[in-house]
Amino acid sequence: MTVFPSISLTAQPFEPGALLTTFCAGRAETGAVASFVGLARAERGQTTVLELEAYPGFTDAAIAQFAEEAKARFALHDYRIVHRIGRIAPGEAIVFVATAAGHRRAAFEACDFLMDWLKSRAPFWKKEHGPDGDRWIEPTAQDRTDAERWD
Amino acid sequence: MARVLLFGRLADQAGWRERSVEAASLAALRDLLAAADPDLGEALGGPGVQVAVDKAIVRGEATLAAATEVAFLPPMSGG
Repeated sequence: MTVFPSISLTAQPFEPGALLTTFCAGRAETGAVASFVGLARAERGQTTVLELEAYPGFTDAAIAQFAEEAKARFALHDYRIVHRIGRIAPGEAIVFVATAAGHRRAAFEACDFLMDWLKSRAPFWKKEHGPDGDRWIEPTAQDRTDAERWD
Repeated sequence: MARVLLFGRLADQAGWRERSVEAASLAALRDLLAAADPDLGEALGGPGVQVAVDKAIVRGEATLAAATEVAFLPPMSGG
């Protein structure tokens, strides 16, 4: 299986600050690093656990393909994407995205662009477990509209 | 022998997520799965369900060589 060193799918909780520190280290030419951390929401008690399913070897390859497009489009120096899979409790980090570029605009925009795609089109299957049972969820209309801004 | 993988609601519906099935083509595989579980057969052909053969999306028919992996992917939710 191809390994994508800039992309991790992990069933273990991760510490976003440590990822950002590592990502920022040892850069002489990068003027800007932008980052985003997505956290699991409790939805006012309606979601007790979020469950994310991926297809290993397919999901990470799809993310890598898209991220390389983003890297070219925004002339990024580098990027780092970490995504939780499995069962995620409210308050835990689900996704970490960091982008490095010469200047801030490209770093901000690339981070936004990657997140819009990850939220709406990345090959994950998401289930919410709550007091009223389980349900599979699909992207919201807002997620789709956000992603279409870049088309 | 194809390794068949189901994801998301398809796995919940079928009650399994991985199984080996002997089939020479995608059409034959669909027929076998539908014969064993008609509701699943219908769901696999439902709107928005994509098929990946050896981790590449295929549209329409495909032959299945030895040790092929076939995944049925319901609409993706994003992360």
